[in-house]
Amino acid sequence: MSTLLSVSQLASQRAGRTLFADLRFAVKSGDLLHIEGVNGAGKSTLLRALVGLVELQEGTVEFFPEQNELAENWRAHVLFMGHKAAVKTELTAIENVELLAELGGVSNVDTWDLLETVGLIGLEDLPAGQLSAGQQRRIALTRLWFSEAPLWILDEPFTALDTFGIELLHTKFAQHIAGGGAIILTSHQPLSWQGAQFKRIRITGADDAGF
Amino acid sequence: MQASNWQALKAVMQRDLMVVMRRRSDVLNPLLFVLMVVTLFPLAVGPGPDILGRIAAGVIWVAALLSALLGSERLFREDYLDGTLEQMTLQPQPLPLLAFGKMAVHWLLSGLPLVILAPLCALLLKLPMAGWWALVATLLVGTPILSAITAIGAALTVSLGRGGALLSLLLLPLFIPLLIFASGAVEAALVGTEAWPQVLLLAGLSLLTLLLAPFAVAASIRVSVN
Repeated sequence: MSTLLSVSQLASQRAGRTLFADLRFAVKSGDLLHIEGVNGAGKSTLLRALVGLVELQEGTVEFFPEQNELAENWRAHVLFMGHKAAVKTELTAIENVELLAELGGVSNVDTWDLLETVGLIGLEDLPAGQLSAGQQRRIALTRLWFSEAPLWILDEPFTALDTFGIELLHTKFAQHIAGGGAIILTSHQPLSWQGAQFKRIRITGADDAGF
Repeated sequence: MQASNWQALKAVMQRDLMVVMRRRSDVLNPLLFVLMVVTLFPLAVGPGPDILGRIAAGVIWVAALLSALLGSERLFREDYLDGTLEQMTLQPQPLPLLAFGKMAVHWLLSGLPLVILAPLCALLLKLPMAGWWALVATLLVGTPILSAITAIGAALTVSLGRGGALLSLLLLPLFIPLLIFASGAVEAALVGTEAWPQVLLLAGLSLLTLLLAPFAVAASIRVSVN
């Protein structure tokens, strides 16, 4: 079982407050890592720090430590989705999905099929700005269906989704994990995960962050 | 699998073009501004060709600079707010390349129309024929500099919320050399001497800016999304 991510001695301070310190964990293929914590504990900061969107004060983040060819170009093999959906409100759902696929390097995406999967058929030619927050989120989430990245880092993926959407996402997660991928996510939803490799990290916002 | 650099550049440019085509006023406003300035000047200083013809190039260039400032704030604003900028930094392709794509689209939709409008502006301001080609040439090589420098400033200030005034203060001094050489070139053409030295100097400046600006824009974007 290969290691997809290895983190050691990670520390972050924001505005003079230590969010987490000496954080260490590894994510192996088949893992689902749930990062918990109250609002403002530093969950998003941690995820953003992993992909380099926030500068690290201390510690190292190593993607794919055992696979050099992946490690060299980790950005192509890690999918990060933040709070912001990165959906263009002027463009239609179908145009958004096509552009996301093109940027992801996937050429033969069946956009209609994808939109049907996430339940946006009938709304595909409306500007995304006219859709609800949850529907916009669904446009962004289509990336999960065509992406070939083994590691997903998702910040609050369930935000604004209805129960059907959450159910859909759970199924997709299970599929990804069964295929040897791994997921790191933050969520305030209680995750009822059946798999054995379900891990939790709780960030308390104090110096004693850890398992 | 990963998009080739070319594919990603194309996607970034296509997205920007499509977005702007749905918000045409963003493109038209700066151009209308230039046209308004140019049509108002003859009314204000009188229609005599001697004064108008002398100041024409200067007026057109000042209007071009100010119109560049008008739309500058919006260059990265939406991308920053909706998370597109963040995703751009996470693309496996080099960020300066993608930044170059955004600059190129900005020039296509703000610089190039100005070059096309230039003969009309020259006509309205009674610029003598001798200065026409110099005006068009300076706009053609000078507007890429405008787009590039605007992009650097916009990327730096995008996370500041209301960075408009700061951005203008930041950019205007950088535009001044451009203004001096450009109006100098037209002036030289008008008095019958060689305008080439100034135009070539501007072309050189333009190439240098286009070469270095993508890296500055990329660095600014990284700072802004942090």
